[in-house]
Amino acid sequence: MQTRTPALIDHTTGIQAQDVHAWFDRLHALRGISMTVPERKVTAVIGPSGCGKSTFLRCINRMHELVPEARVSGRVLLGQENVYDEAADPVLVRRRIGMVFQKANPFPTMSIYNNVAAGLTLAGERDRRKVEQIVEQSLRAAALWDEVKDRLHKPGTSLSGGQQQRLCIARALAVSPEVLLMDEPASALDPASTLRIEELARELANDITIVIVTHNMQQAARVSDFTGFFLDGELIEYGPTNDLFTKPRDRRTEDYITGRFG
Amino acid sequence: MSVAGRVAAGSSARTGDRPFQLLLAVMAAAVPLIIGAVLVALIAAASPAIQRFGVGFFVTSTWDPVAEEFGVLPFIYGTLVSSALALLIAVPLGLGVAIFLAELVPGWLRAPITFFVELLAAIPSVVIGLWGIFVLVPWVRTTLEPLLKSTLGFLPLFSGPPLGIGMLTAGLILAAMVVPFIVAVSTEVMRAVPRAQREGALALGATMWETTRTAVLPYARSGIIGAIFLALARALGETMAVTMVIGNVPQIKASLFAPAYTIPAVIANEFTEATSDLYVAALIYAGLVLFIVTVAVNALARLLVSRVARGPAQIRE
Repeated sequence: MQTRTPALIDHTTGIQAQDVHAWFDRLHALRGISMTVPERKVTAVIGPSGCGKSTFLRCINRMHELVPEARVSGRVLLGQENVYDEAADPVLVRRRIGMVFQKANPFPTMSIYNNVAAGLTLAGERDRRKVEQIVEQSLRAAALWDEVKDRLHKPGTSLSGGQQQRLCIARALAVSPEVLLMDEPASALDPASTLRIEELARELANDITIVIVTHNMQQAARVSDFTGFFLDGELIEYGPTNDLFTKPRDRRTEDYITGRFG
Repeated sequence: MSVAGRVAAGSSARTGDRPFQLLLAVMAAAVPLIIGAVLVALIAAASPAIQRFGVGFFVTSTWDPVAEEFGVLPFIYGTLVSSALALLIAVPLGLGVAIFLAELVPGWLRAPITFFVELLAAIPSVVIGLWGIFVLVPWVRTTLEPLLKSTLGFLPLFSGPPLGIGMLTAGLILAAMVVPFIVAVSTEVMRAVPRAQREGALALGATMWETTRTAVLPYARSGIIGAIFLALARALGETMAVTMVIGNVPQIKASLFAPAYTIPAVIANEFTEATSDLYVAALIYAGLVLFIVTVAVNALARLLVSRVARGPAQIRE
């Protein structure tokens, strides 16, 4: 494993969701979620399909509202600031809260290097030396540097699926986010690549707050410090991962983790 | 029933595939065959002029039916310049409309705008030509050309008397005719860009426009280029509307205000009055030249594009 590069991370913050509701048109997808995500920890969000776990993630960085007819209410505090404040700019919110998606989505016309540099270019960084440095740091932090350092100018899509996902993580890290959201980042990957992403999430949590959505309970158990269980748009139970899996307080949590449904 | 019997029965049920494959192969072969047949017919019919004028036909500027001296250089020039002018205007305009339709437009407004764009493509070119004569030409003569002359008149491009009829108006009218192609195809390819690509850019803190620029346009690049090719092909071959506003004078002038002539226009205008065999052959030779020019421009454009831009590589699953 690469050594981490603390220089990349400015600072990190926790997240506090307060009574977050979300709708798709008339569908009430989240019904009052209140949840505190501690900083420099991996927090997993689990639950069956359609429980609202991805929607919750997308409410944190204001991606949910991009879907036509979608609405959000409530507050999401990033540190002390409410990202849904009147004065908050969703573009700036998303610069501070990075995101990795279910399927790797590198920009297919860009090289590996340019994919990682994309966010910096958007942010207006013109200093080539600085960009080069950050690209290398980001790729190292995403445990991809050794595999790609000799072919940085090859297309990002020439990589394997697992490498592409790590490229997307590097791309997200390059803009020094304070929080990294991961939406089922390994669901399209083979077991070996999945393991690497999990190791990476653990490693990154030394520097940055991570929220990971997963449908895979073993993954949540392996990777996270805290776990929240969602069902039908509600947060049923939330606590230290170990407690939630070994002595769930709610009957529905127990049913889910023991495989009785979901 | 034995296993072998079942397998045999299955294969006899599939005999329908053979004739179907053959039919499709014939259909596919029809396209190159038609092109070949057109080419052969053109060469045969043009042969008196080909023998008389040879390759010099391409670089000669005389077009004198009385003396039977023919050369198509001014027509090639007129065809290429009017089409280039059209693309210069239509590509930014069409892309702008396409970006608006694919990325910005509220749902209720998309259908009406799309309808009008398609309507524009459906107007017969002779009708557009009439509009050109009665509306566009006077406006260009009294407003656009004087304005260009007073601001950019120091350039040879915008010198000379404002006639209204000429290369500039032909370029404008061609632009109006090819914009719908660019809009329709580009809108479709942009809307086909996966949501994940847009979200990838948005999650990095890209604004609406930055997302279009970093994620949507590069991904849709090859399709947009295809749209421009389609527009170019249409512009090169467009006859009626251009004939009505370009002035029909075979000359090469630096000024865009000056009248010009295109190959399709000269063929349409003069074919009925071509009396001698050589005159007819010369016009058909001109048609052959248009064929060659169109193919050459397309090939060149494709070559250029394959050097600078490739479409999105397949994203591995």
